[in-house]
Amino acid sequence: MSNSIRKWVFVLIVPLLVLLILNIVGGSSGHKVPLQQVSVDLDDKASLQRGAKYYMNYCFGCHSLNFSRYNRVAKDIGLTSENGFSDDDVTKLIKENLIFTTDEEGKPVKTGTLMKTAYSPKAAAEAFGTSVPDLSLVGRSRGPEWIYSYLKGFYLDPSRPMGVNNIVFPEVGMPDVLINLRGHQVLEHEAGNAEEGEHHGAPKLKLVKPGKLSPPEFDRVVKDLTAFLTYVSEPAQLSRKTYGIFVLLFLILFFFVALALEKEYWKDIH
Amino acid sequence: MAAYPRKTEATGLLGWFDERFPIVETWKAHMSEYYAPKNFNAWYYFGVLAMLVLVIQIVSGIFLTMHYKPDANLAFASVEYIMRDVPGGWFIRYMHSTGASAFFIVVYLHMFRGLMYGSYKGKRELVWLIGMVIYLALMAEAFMGYLLPWGQMSFWGAQVIINLFNTIPVIGDSLSLWIRGDFVISDPTLNRLFAFHVAAVPMILVALVFVHIVALHTVGSNNPDGIEIKKLKNEKGIPLDGVPFHPYYTVHDIPAIAVFFMAFFAILFFLPEMGGYFLEHANFEPANPLKTPEHIAPVWYFTPFYTILRSVTLSPFMGTLAMFGAIIMLFLLPWLDRNPIKSWRYRNTAHMLNVAIFAAVFIILGYLGVKPVTSELKELGVRMTEIYFLFFVVIYAHSNSHKPGRYLVWFLALAGAIFLIDWYRYNPEDIETAKQIKWQWIWPIGYLAVTLLLPFLVRPCNAEKAVPERVTS
Repeated sequence: MSNSIRKWVFVLIVPLLVLLILNIVGGSSGHKVPLQQVSVDLDDKASLQRGAKYYMNYCFGCHSLNFSRYNRVAKDIGLTSENGFSDDDVTKLIKENLIFTTDEEGKPVKTGTLMKTAYSPKAAAEAFGTSVPDLSLVGRSRGPEWIYSYLKGFYLDPSRPMGVNNIVFPEVGMPDVLINLRGHQVLEHEAGNAEEGEHHGAPKLKLVKPGKLSPPEFDRVVKDLTAFLTYVSEPAQLSRKTYGIFVLLFLILFFFVALALEKEYWKDIH
Repeated sequence: MAAYPRKTEATGLLGWFDERFPIVETWKAHMSEYYAPKNFNAWYYFGVLAMLVLVIQIVSGIFLTMHYKPDANLAFASVEYIMRDVPGGWFIRYMHSTGASAFFIVVYLHMFRGLMYGSYKGKRELVWLIGMVIYLALMAEAFMGYLLPWGQMSFWGAQVIINLFNTIPVIGDSLSLWIRGDFVISDPTLNRLFAFHVAAVPMILVALVFVHIVALHTVGSNNPDGIEIKKLKNEKGIPLDGVPFHPYYTVHDIPAIAVFFMAFFAILFFLPEMGGYFLEHANFEPANPLKTPEHIAPVWYFTPFYTILRSVTLSPFMGTLAMFGAIIMLFLLPWLDRNPIKSWRYRNTAHMLNVAIFAAVFIILGYLGVKPVTSELKELGVRMTEIYFLFFVVIYAHSNSHKPGRYLVWFLALAGAIFLIDWYRYNPEDIETAKQIKWQWIWPIGYLAVTLLLPFLVRPCNAEKAVPERVTS
C-alpha cells in the first residue's frame, strides 16, 4: 500500500470507529412527547404583525418582553417609511395598538421604552404560585417548535388549579388563555403495546368542544405568535443572513486571488 | 552584546530604528531567514489559525467589555443589550462566541498534528510543554468567560467545575469558598472571574504564545516526514529542504485563512448557536440559583474530560483526579513515546491504529459528555476512559518495536488490569450495570488486541519503515 493511501485510511478510521461504536452501544433515554414541526417565515411581515397583535392582547398582560423596545419591534415587523408609514403614523399606531401601560408618573410610556409589564412578581406568585417568565428569549431557550406545540398542547384537567394541563409542559401553572379561540381539548392515549408492558401508548389530544376559530384558523394564530416570539428572541436574525451571503461571496473571490499569489511564489519550489 | 553605536546596513527611517532596536535582525531570525520545511501539509495551518483566533478573541473581547456589565443583576440584560441595542453588537458577540469554539477546534487539530508527526520529539519537549500550558490557560479562560453571560448553563456549569475543588480532602470546602468569595456562586464570583477573563489570563496567554514560538524557532519546525531539515545544508548553511518562512509560508497561509473564515463566518451568520453546541439553549434563561436544570452539559470542548469525571465513580475526589490526570498524561507524551521515529508515516501499523483509535475515543468521550446518562452510555464512558489511559501505556510499549515478545507481556498485564477493575466493579445486584459490564469489556480488550496482539502475531503490522534522507513531496 502506498504511503499516501495508507495515511488516508488511518485518518478515515477515526469517524468510522466513532459511528460504529456509538451505533453498537445505542442507548436512548425514555420517550418524550414529540414536538410538532412548524416553519417560521420571518419575511412574512403580515404574520409578524398579527403575532404582535395577539401577543399584546393575550400574553403581554403577564409576560413582559424586557429586552425589546416598542419602536424597534414596530420597525422590524414592517411599520417603516418604505411601506408607506411616516414616523408620526408609526408613533400613533404604536400608541394606539401596542402600548397599554403607563410609567411611574401615570403617563403612557414612550415608544422607545423597553416592553415591561406592570404585573409584579409578587402578585404573579400569589395568583399562580410561581413567577411569570419574561418571554424575550423563549424563542431561543425553548425554540419555535416548543412554543407552537405548547400553545396547542393545553387540555382540560380538573385536578389542576387552573383547570387545564399541558402535554409538553406537565403541571403547567399558566391558565389556557387561548381556550376561547381553540375550544376544549381532552387527553387520550393510543392503545399501549402490551408486550412491552406499557399501560398505554403515546398521548394525543382530542377537541371535544370547538372554540371561536376552526382548527386551521387557530393553528394560524399560534403560528403567528410563534413567528413573533422567534423574531423577538433575536432581532438581528432579520439581517444577519444577508450580511453572511456577501461576506462569503467576498471570501470566495479572495480565496482565488490568495491562491494565485501562493502559486506564483511556490512555482519554483520542488 | 551589540557594540554601541549599533552597526546597521539599513538606511533612512528603518536605519534610524535599527540603530535603536534589533528590528532587521528579529525580522530575519523569525521571518525572512527562518527556514521551515517545504513539505508542510494542511495539518500545519492550525498553528497560524490558532493565532488568528486569539487575535479575534482579544479584539472582539475588548469591544464586548465596553458594553458588558460584570454585575449579577445586570450581566444577563447587558448581553441582550449588546445583542439588540448596540450597533453591530450581535456581530461582536457572535465573533466572540464562535471564536471560543473555533479556538478549541483548531487547537485540538493542532495538538493531534503533533501526535501524528511526533512534533514533541527531537529537543521539542519544551515546545510541547509550553503548548500544553497554553491549552490549560485556554480552558481556564473559556470556563471563566462562560460564566459572564450569567445564564442558567453559565451558573450551573460553573457550579459543577468549582465544586470539583470541594472534593479535595480536608481543604476542599474552604478552598472552594475562597474561590467563589461567597457560599454560593454570586456577584463576587462573577466579578473575580471577569477580572481573570479580561485581564490576567489573556496576558498569560499572549506571553505563552510568544514563548511557544521562540522555543519553536530555536529548535526548528518538525514536518510530516519527521525529518530534521537542519541535518542537510547547502554551502551557505541553508537547509536543503527548507524555505524562508516569509514570503513562502506567509503567502501559503493566506488561502487557508480564507477557507477558515468561510467556515467561521458561515457559522457566525447562518448558525450562530450551532444547534445548541456553541451557544447552549438553556443559557438564554437567566441564572437561577433555585432552579437546577434537568440536564447540565458543559460546552462541547470540555465534554471529553467531563465524561472521564463522571465515569470514575470510586469517589468524587478520584473522579476529579482522573479528570486532571487525563490532561497531565498529555504533558508526559514526550517521555512516554520514546520511539526514535517521529512521524507515524514510518511507524508500524499498530502505532497508526493506536493514534487513530485515540482520536476516535476522544470524540466519543466528548459526545457522551453532552448526552444524558443511560446505563449503556455510562458503561461506554467507563470503557472509553479506560482506553484513554491505556493509550499512554501502549504508546510507551510501542517505543521499541524490535522485541515484539514484550507486546504479549504488555497485553496480558493490561488485559488483566482491566478484568481486575471489572471484578471490583461487578455487583450482580445492580442488574443493569452488571449486564453492561458483561459485554462492553470488548472495547478495551479489543483495543489492546489491535494495538498489542496484532503486531505480536502478524509481523508485517509491526514493521517500521526506513525514514528517507530528504522530505517527500
